[in-house]
Order: sequence, then C-alpha cells, then structure tokens
Amino acid sequence: MKPLTTPAHDAYLAARTPVLTADHMTIEYEVTPPVRAVKDVSLTLHRGEILGLAGESGCGKTTLAYGLNRLLKPPAMLHDGQVTLHDKDGTDIDVTGLVDDELRRFRWDKVSMVFQGAMNALNPVISIKAQLFDVFSTHRPDMTKAEKKAAAEELLEMVGVDKSRLTAYPHELSGGMRQRIMIAMALALRPQVMIMDEPTTALDVVVQRGILREIMRLREQFHFAVIFITHDLPMLLEISDRVAIMKEGEIVEINTAEEIYENPQHDYTRKLLSSFPSLLGERGGFVRSHEGGTSDDA
Amino acid sequence: MTLEVTDVTKKFKIRKGLKSSDLVAVNNASFSIEPGQTVALVGESGSGKSTIAKMILRLERPTSGSITLDGVRSTARGEEAKKYRNLVQMVFQDPFASLNPYHTIAHHLERPLLIHHKTRGREETRAKVEELLARVNLSPDMADRRPHELSGGQRQRVAIARALAPGARYLIADEPVSMLDVSIRLSVLNLLARLQREENLGVLYITHDLATARHFSDEIMVMLKGNIVERGPSDEVILNPQHDYTRTLLDAAPDPSHHGRMKRQVHDEYLATTGS
Repeated sequence: MKPLTTPAHDAYLAARTPVLTADHMTIEYEVTPPVRAVKDVSLTLHRGEILGLAGESGCGKTTLAYGLNRLLKPPAMLHDGQVTLHDKDGTDIDVTGLVDDELRRFRWDKVSMVFQGAMNALNPVISIKAQLFDVFSTHRPDMTKAEKKAAAEELLEMVGVDKSRLTAYPHELSGGMRQRIMIAMALALRPQVMIMDEPTTALDVVVQRGILREIMRLREQFHFAVIFITHDLPMLLEISDRVAIMKEGEIVEINTAEEIYENPQHDYTRKLLSSFPSLLGERGGFVRSHEGGTSDDA
Repeated sequence: MTLEVTDVTKKFKIRKGLKSSDLVAVNNASFSIEPGQTVALVGESGSGKSTIAKMILRLERPTSGSITLDGVRSTARGEEAKKYRNLVQMVFQDPFASLNPYHTIAHHLERPLLIHHKTRGREETRAKVEELLARVNLSPDMADRRPHELSGGQRQRVAIARALAPGARYLIADEPVSMLDVSIRLSVLNLLARLQREENLGVLYITHDLATARHFSDEIMVMLKGNIVERGPSDEVILNPQHDYTRTLLDAAPDPSHHGRMKRQVHDEYLATTGS
C-alpha cells in the first residue's frame, strides 16, 4: 500500500537530493509462525533532513531502523528490498549487498545510530574516553593518541559536556549527560545520516528540550540527515521536516510536519493526533466533557 | 473526609564514607484533597513527587509533619491503620510489573476483598470481582485470565479495579499512563475521570505531562526540588503561570499546535551566530 500524502508533499520533494533510499523493504522474524514486522516499506531520506518516524510499540519502527543500518540479528531477516546510500562523493552504495570489511567501513562512518534506552547503552566498566577512542581506533587507525584526545574533547564540547568529564565512567554522569555522550559518539565520524531511536524518552521535558536543541543545532552545522523514531508525535511535529506514520509494519502516511498536523489523511494519523490534548488550546473531546472524542471503552 | 497533608518533610540520610548528610526530598509540604477533586502533581524527575505519594500510602514515614484522613493519621497502627489503608489506594506506573504473572486476574481482585473483609464466601466474592471488572469496562471472562494475556491498557484497568476493591475513597495514581501506548492513554484517563465523578473519589495524579494534567485535573501543584512552588486551578496555572519554574516547564512541553517551532528557532539562532 502506498502511504497517503497530499500535493504539498510533492512540492517539498522537488527541491531535495536523496541521501538514503529504501526500496520495498520487507523484514520478517523467522519464528513459527513468521512475523512480518516491516511490510514493503519504501522511504527516501534527503540530505540534511529530519524525518520523524512515529508509531506505537510493536509497529516495526525499530526493526525498520535496524534494517536500514544492517543491524538485524536472527531471527530477524531482510526478506526483500534494497537500501541505497547516495554518498557525498556521488557514488551509490548498495547497503544490502555489503559484506565484512565493506560493511564495517560503511557503518558508523556513513550512517550512525543513537540507540533506544541509551541511558544503558554505554559500557559501565570502561571510561567515556576509552569508548570514544574505540570508535577512532576501529575506523581511523592512523590517528595518533593526541589526535584522538583532541577529537574526543571536541566532541564533548560540541554536545555541551565539559571536556573534563572525558575520564568519567557512565555511572558518574546524569541521564541527560549520558544521552549527550551517545550523541557525541554517533557524531564522531561526521556521518551523513544519523538514526535516533527514542533518544529522549527516559528524560524529563526540560532536559529533553535541551538535547533536542543540541541535535538541531549540530544539524545546522554539519548538515547530516536524521531519522528520528519516537511515539511522541507533538515533539516530532516541532522538530521534523517530514513525518512518516507507521502502523502494523507499514507506513500509512507521509508528509511535511505542517501538513500532517493541518491536513492529516489517514484515520490512524488523526487518532494519534487526538491522543495528545493540546496544552494551551481547547479541551476538545477530552475528559470531563462527556460526549464525543475519546471514550473510555476498551 | 478530606485528605490533609500538613507541613510534611521527608529527609533521607546519605552516607559518603564517614560523613553523612541529609537529602531533603520533600520540604514542608502542605495541601489537601477533597473528595471528588483531582489534583495533579507535576515536576521533573527527582523533585519529590513520588516521595509524597509514598508517604500518603504509608510506604515511607514522614520525618516531620502529619498526613490525616478522616481524623486518622497515616502513621497509625492496628485497626486505625487498616481503616486508613482501605481508603487510600495506589495505581502504579507500570502495569507490566504491578500484576503477578503467576496469578489470575480474579486472584488480584479477590485478595483485597478478602483481606479487608468486604465479601464473604466464594460466590459473593466472585460476584464482586465481576462487578469490579464491569466498572472498569472489562468483560467478566477476564477474571480467569493471567496478566500476560492482557494488553497494557487492560492491565492498567485491572490495577484500577484492584485499587477500588477495598472501597478506596482516594486514589494515588503515579504516572498511570506513561507506560501505555499513546492511543490508549486517553481512554484510561477517561476511565479514571468517570470513576472519580461517579464515586466522588479524590485523586492525586502524578505526572510530568502538563497537557493531561491540565485537562484531567481540577488543580495543579508544581514541585521543584522538594518544594511545592505553585498551586492553583488547572487552567490558571497553565495559561497564567506565576512561578518561573512553571514557565520553564511549559516552554519545554511539546504541543502539537507548535509544529515547526523548535526547528525555526534553532535555524534562526544558527544564522544569527554565523552572521550569514
């Protein structure tokens, strides 16, 4: 099924160059019976764009992200489809066909990821410094120790963490700081695409806003594209250029953030939008008004 | 039958080597909740919201101050304590952790009925369990299922039914919908609102979601580092905030009608700093 959209979306697309294209991706969990988590999804991410991917738990959004980055682990298998990265230098990389060393060179260098539950994604027994150095040792073996140190310090400053914290261990840092370190790590090799899977879900709103602003500012500076995965649609609408709505393994609607809000086409999009009452606006069908809107039926 | 919290302070001892210091989790909090009133308690993580809930539920003892309901102090013992517990019940945040996977739904609802002597005999208990399920919009056949067969929303309904079972007049709901899928959150809140209206319950709704706090509750209390810094009617607090911290919280909350706001702000700031 083709996702619903409006003419405004075509107008938006006209002026963009793609950086990552997914064609007809189908991902299956090969258990009995097989579970088709992603069904024939096609998606284009453009240079410097923030694409929000919204959907509820179990809709396949994380599986899709893993598929784009070749991170699927058995029993998950890419059943069908192709992912292509349109590199800065003009070459096209067939991501689905990469093997061994090619794959290692591609990952993190071209496409990096900020994982879900990043609060716990850092290794607790080695320092931040060692974890950042790891990235450089693997991908930039020619760098000297002094260069690595300078680069690591620069990264911390970029994400708003004091460089004196470089030698700290994860448990010595607050949740927000750990999240910033994860983002620094994903930025380390100046990738063209960053995939962020619920990067701020566990944080409270004030800290969340600080980190989102940091991501947005870095995007202005480095022009990377972002796929931002979350179920928090109001937040996506604030930061994204485009929003894709995912349901049961399919993208049911895709459009610019403005159109998604002003002119939603799919019933499910409308349902999601109505799940978030407006903070300053009218009460709508919500609570205490009795009739209409959302009922409390199961 | 008002729930009165008077000058309550809670300190936790922190030991660091030989030194020990006090962490003031709640500082001199006073408020009351009337029957039929919903009060939202908002604030960032670590502000002391859950400590207040725990003290009201007798899970923590206040360092000083008192919490009373119908003349009974929360720190009472024996029969008095039982009476207090009957009246104040909790709905926990995570319905995947708050129900025992070994036991049927009926077991979860029978326990409070039997312990608090609300019913006698198997038939009467069963009838009451089904009545409780009906009150939270679940079919009677749910009674014989186990938690893993239920969705998150259904589990949270069971948790609400369990809180109602001993005849609670006050519900303390600590982030009752934050673990649920967004599309069912409102239905669970609507259920709470309906029960609250029908049974004239007092509800303390602890959350960091300002939008639902506004629409779901009559009053909002804002907490910062153990202090209640602002309290007022919901619309008043949200539309006309008095304290700086309330404003900070409001600015940070995403609002669907603000689509593109942060994107534009950051873009403009970036252009300004680079001078292009």
